[in-house]
Amino acid sequence: MKHAILSSVALATVMAAAASAETVRVYNWSDYIDESLLEKFEKETGIELVYDVFDSNEVLETKMLAGGSGYDVVVPSGTFLQRQISAGAFQKLDKSKLTNIDNVWDVIAERVSKYDPGNEYAINYMWGTTGIGVNVDKVKEALGEDAPLDSLALIFEPENMKKLQDCGVHFLDAPVEMIPAALAYIGEDPDAQDPETLKKAEPVLSAVAPYVQKFHSSEYINALANGDICVAFGWSGDVLQARDRAAEAGNGVELAYNAPTEGALMWFDNMAIPVDAPNPDGAHKFLNFILEAENAAAASNYVYYANGNKASQEFLEEDVIGDPAIYPTEKTLENLYTTSPYAPKVQRVVTRMWTKIKSGT
Amino acid sequence: MNLRRFALIAVPYIWLLALFLIPFIIVFKISLSDTALSIPPYTPTLKDGFAALISQLDFENFTFLASDDLYWKAYLSSLRIALVSTILTLLVGYPIAYGMARAPEEWRATLMMLVILPFWTSFLIRVYAWMGILSNEGLLNQLLMGMGLTSEPLQILNTNTAVYIGIVYTYLPFMILPIYAALDRLDESLNEAAEDLGCSRMQAFWLVTIPLSRNGIVAGSFLVFIPALGEFVIPSLLGGSGTLMIGKVLWEEFFNNRDWPVASAVAVILLLILIIPIILFQRNQQKQAEAEQ
Repeated sequence: MKHAILSSVALATVMAAAASAETVRVYNWSDYIDESLLEKFEKETGIELVYDVFDSNEVLETKMLAGGSGYDVVVPSGTFLQRQISAGAFQKLDKSKLTNIDNVWDVIAERVSKYDPGNEYAINYMWGTTGIGVNVDKVKEALGEDAPLDSLALIFEPENMKKLQDCGVHFLDAPVEMIPAALAYIGEDPDAQDPETLKKAEPVLSAVAPYVQKFHSSEYINALANGDICVAFGWSGDVLQARDRAAEAGNGVELAYNAPTEGALMWFDNMAIPVDAPNPDGAHKFLNFILEAENAAAASNYVYYANGNKASQEFLEEDVIGDPAIYPTEKTLENLYTTSPYAPKVQRVVTRMWTKIKSGT
Repeated sequence: MNLRRFALIAVPYIWLLALFLIPFIIVFKISLSDTALSIPPYTPTLKDGFAALISQLDFENFTFLASDDLYWKAYLSSLRIALVSTILTLLVGYPIAYGMARAPEEWRATLMMLVILPFWTSFLIRVYAWMGILSNEGLLNQLLMGMGLTSEPLQILNTNTAVYIGIVYTYLPFMILPIYAALDRLDESLNEAAEDLGCSRMQAFWLVTIPLSRNGIVAGSFLVFIPALGEFVIPSLLGGSGTLMIGKVLWEEFFNNRDWPVASAVAVILLLILIIPIILFQRNQQKQAEAEQ
């Protein structure tokens, strides 16, 4: 009996200690922040930060829709944000707690409002394009000097892919990225929503799928950097991070990123607060911290993605703000398209098509 | 006295109820629901009241599974992979168990330890280690090319071969331990008697040792086959895009389509497929227990 009392006292003490140390739980994409920012946040606010990562919107969305994820801040992309808002997964931001909200870049906020009308639920963290990462030397070795490095023909023309398969090609394991690209290549509307048009993407992708070494959404960073593969269809900043890692390793791998001339998907990753976040107050503090110009700049300088923070631009390094692969020129901007979420019935068609493309069944 | 007996019987049944039957009923209920854009992403839920709950359930998702060949192809492919892996594991595991049982008494504890030792590290890390070994630039290919056996790296990672290697490696202890337990109890003098009566050593092995270790073989095979059938981690890390397994189909239904009802229907059918081997396994265990009494 005495033991029971003692241990329950001990338990209560432990629980009190846990309650007094405030915690914010953030769930962000992998390889997507300068980790020193996390320490800085803890030091500035005294809040303990628990930082977990994911590598696909689908995993995040399933956690959100199951409810009770336990996270305070999550980072869904545009179409996923829109769907999760309508499912009631997020709470409205309390802008009075976001003193740095004036730093946001109106151009980007305007584009994000397609998914989050009035920018009520989310702030843009990073945005970028989906395009082609190439190991320049290896691709030229396989295809000759005039290899179409900035064209979707590089990855959707079976002749090219046949020659590239030995040096290795990765595609994103994300139908919402690959199908719009295939549609753009054959001149269809990449934001098509009707199954008839969507099905036109299937023969394009099926024709090159046998030459794809792997469909995966994060392994290509290391694979490109190590020279294991020579082409990846992936996210702009990821390819640029791979370029950076290769340069640091000094392994002679020269990488380049190009948004395809046929059009590239422009996407937005946004920070939002789940409706059942245990610490919404701390979540707002974290969002406000990210909205600070120096912090947003530090994150972009590290991950090589453009952010939605206008004020941060003066703190950006030249190889970030000056790189058209990260901050596209006006002309490239015109070439970028956005997509909308698929209805559940259409989503099923898309997933089924994707399985068929990947496995042949 | 009666109370004690009751408790003795009740414990396993409460266990079964809490850890198997209730979760199964929840999954079965979801498999009869419809998807919805809400938290949780299906309807109806208990909040709608019991009457609405019952009236809205239907078997639509099961008829849907029958309409697309993807599902039965995935079930068949999983069955094939699980079956081949079980046979391979048996072929590798039996000689090891035999060697252990025939080893000098003082060695056996150490050998047993060696079999269990890999469990001390995370399963996920061990599968990742295989990725390092099997990749094109991995240890195995380096070794083969270094010895001049191949000039080009063998593509093993991201193929079904890698999946078999992964499953055999991971589940080997589950095969070795029951076979070892059976062989360990085997009376050596039976083999000697067989040889005295004119059997060659090989014949004695086939006619005496194998039949007497049958229970261990059956138990080990089920312990490998059942989890291998629903395996998800190994095919997704080591397998390629052509590796079709029901675990991956379940993942896609759940994560990509956000269709919990169809995902649950896939899981219910997987369980129905598994019930046959599970019942056979139960009966084998029971027979063994009776034989010992």
